Amino acid sequence: MTEYILQVKDLHTSFFTDAGEVQAVNGVSFNLEAGKILGIVGESGSGKSVTSYSVMRILADTGRITKGEIYFKNEDITKYSEKQMHKFRGKHCSMIFQDPMTSLNPVYTVGNQLMEAILLHTDKSRKQAKERAIEMLELVGVNEPQKRYNQYPYELSGGMRQRVMIAMALACEPDILIADEPTTALDVTIQAQILELMQDLQKRLGMAIILVTHDLGVIAEMCDEIIVMYGGRVCEQGTADDIFYNPCHEYTKGLLRSIPDISGSKKRLTPISGTPINLLNLPKGCAFCARCEKAMKVCLSYQPEELEITPGHYASCWLNVKERMEPGKEEARHEF
Amino acid sequence: MSSEYIVEVSDLKQYFPVRTGLFKKTPLKAVDGVSFKIKHGETLGLVGESGCGKTTVGRSLLHLYKPTAGEVKVEGTTVTPQNIGSMRSKMQMVFQDPYSSLNPRMTVEDIIGEPFDVHKLYSNKKERREKILELMELVGLNAEHATRYVHEFSGGQRQRIGIARALAVNPKFIVCDEPVSALDVSIQAQILNMFEDLQAKLKVAYLFIAHDLLVVRHISNRIAVMYLGKIIEIADSDELNSNPVHPYTISLLSAVPIPDPKTARSRQRIVLEGDVPSPLNMPSGCAFRTRCKYATEQCKEQCPSLTDRGNNHFVACWNK
Repeated sequence: MTEYILQVKDLHTSFFTDAGEVQAVNGVSFNLEAGKILGIVGESGSGKSVTSYSVMRILADTGRITKGEIYFKNEDITKYSEKQMHKFRGKHCSMIFQDPMTSLNPVYTVGNQLMEAILLHTDKSRKQAKERAIEMLELVGVNEPQKRYNQYPYELSGGMRQRVMIAMALACEPDILIADEPTTALDVTIQAQILELMQDLQKRLGMAIILVTHDLGVIAEMCDEIIVMYGGRVCEQGTADDIFYNPCHEYTKGLLRSIPDISGSKKRLTPISGTPINLLNLPKGCAFCARCEKAMKVCLSYQPEELEITPGHYASCWLNVKERMEPGKEEARHEF
Repeated sequence: MSSEYIVEVSDLKQYFPVRTGLFKKTPLKAVDGVSFKIKHGETLGLVGESGCGKTTVGRSLLHLYKPTAGEVKVEGTTVTPQNIGSMRSKMQMVFQDPYSSLNPRMTVEDIIGEPFDVHKLYSNKKERREKILELMELVGLNAEHATRYVHEFSGGQRQRIGIARALAVNPKFIVCDEPVSALDVSIQAQILNMFEDLQAKLKVAYLFIAHDLLVVRHISNRIAVMYLGKIIEIADSDELNSNPVHPYTISLLSAVPIPDPKTARSRQRIVLEGDVPSPLNMPSGCAFRTRCKYATEQCKEQCPSLTDRGNNHFVACWNK
C-alpha cells in the first residue's frame, strides 16, 4: 500500500462575511504521496488557494474549516492547537507565495528572515543558523550568498526574491512544500529558472510539492498528479496524462479547448461560455452546470458522484454516470 | 494618399529622466530606436519580458507619453502633439487592467459614450444612445447593462466594456496592451475570439502586446520580439515559431510552459542565466550579450541592427 504523507478528507472551508457565508471549499479530498508533485489547477475563485491555506491553517480571520479532516502522517492536524500548528508550519510543511515582493518583510535583511525560521525550529546556535542560511542561499542558486545575506529584499530582483522565499521555505527540510502560484509574477525566462530549480530540489531533497496554479502549461511541465477544481469542488483528479489526454469532466475539457493549440495552428478557440461562479450563491447541483453545454436535468438538482474512470482517475460528472448506467434501470434513467 | 500600411513607426525613442543623484539625471532608455509597420487589418504581436519597453511603445504611439524622438505615421499622416486629438479617432487603446482603466463612478453608458462626446460624433441624445447600444451588442453585452456601474461586472465583462470604448470612434488601429493577461483561461478564450471577430468585421489592425507567447502566436500575423528597448527579431508568426534565429528568441520560446505533458517531458529547455540588466546601466553594444552564450568582442563594441534574412524575417544579431 502506498504511503500518503498528506490526506485531505472532505474538507469544507467557509468565510463568514457580512454578505453571508462564502463556501470557498466544498468537500475536497485528495491524497499526497511522499516525494510527488501534486498540481491543483482552477480559475480564480475555484478554491485552490483556500485549500492550501486550510492545510497550513493560515486563513483570514473570517475563514474557518467547517468540516473535514487533514491527516499529516496519519495525525489529524485540524485538531492541532495553535501552538502545535506553529511547530508544524515551517518544519513539516512550508509555503511559498505568488508575490515575492509582498511576502518578504521589507525592513529586515534577507539573512535575518532566513535565520528566523532556522532558529525557531532547530536548536542551532546563531552562528550555525547563519551558516545554514548561507548554505540555503547557495542551494537555490543565489549568486554571492555572503553579500545577499546582508541585503534587503528591495535590493533583489523578482526572480532572486522568489529564490530567497524558496530558501526560507526549505531551510528546515520540510516534508511538504506548498507553492501557491510561485511563478505567476515572474517573466517566462525567470519562470523557467524557478521551475527548474523546484524540480531539481524536489529530486535532491525528496519532499512532496503541492503546486497551486491556473497555468496549464506549468502544470503539464511539473506535475505527477493533477486535481482540477471548480466552485470549491474537485471536478477531476488523475495523472497528468489522464487529465490532458483523457479528460472526463466537461469543465476540464472546456479548459483544454480554450487554450491556444501548441502546434501553432490558428484554429479558433472554443471558450467556456458564461462567467465564473458566485460562491455566495452556489447551485444545488453541479457547480459547473450553468456553464456546461451538456448539462442535464439531474445536474441542476444533484451533486454528481465521483466515479473512478480508470484506476486512480476520478471525475465527478453526471455524464459519466449516465454512460455507465445499464439500459435496464429505467426508473433511474428518466431522471436524465 | 493611401499606402499599404496603416501605421508606420520609424526610429521611435522614449527616454525617461531618472534621478540618480542629488542633481544628476540619467535618461532611462525605455524604447531605443524602434521601427515597424503594420498593414491594414493586420495583427502585429509584440512580446518581451517585463521592462523591455513593449508597453511604452504602445503608449508612445498614442502620445500618452511624448516621444523623445522618432516618427509615427497613421494613414500617411505624421502624429504630432498638435493633431493628436483628432488622430486618436483613428487609433485607440485597450488596457491591461480592466479594474483600473474604467472609471468606477461612471455608468457603462457614459464610459462607452465618452469618446462620442469628445469627438462630437452624434447630433442628438437618441442617436448617442443608439450608437452605444449598438457597440454593446457588438462586444456581447446586454442592453440592460448600460445603466450599471463597473463594479457590478466580472473581469471579462469589464474588458468588453474597455473594448467597446476603444471601438466607439471607429478606429482603424487599436493598441491592445496585455488585454487578456488579467483574465481566467476560459474567459481569455472568449475575449481572444472577440478580437478576431471584430477584426474580420471592422478590418481593424492591432498591435497586440502580451507576454504570453502562446496567445500572441495564436492571434498574430507577425511577431516582434523586444529586449531592453529594441526589437531584436521580427518575422511572420509561423516563421518565428518554427525558425527562431536570435538566441534570445530561441530561449524565450523554449521557456514557455507547454500545456501538453508529453511534449513538455521530451523537449530541452534552454534556461537563460541571470537577470535582465538594468536599463539605467545598459551593457555596451548588444544589450543581450551579458546573457548570450555566443557573445564575442564584436557584440561588446557594436550594437547589431535588424538585417533581412529573407522570407520577411529580420534579426538583429552578429553571430546568427
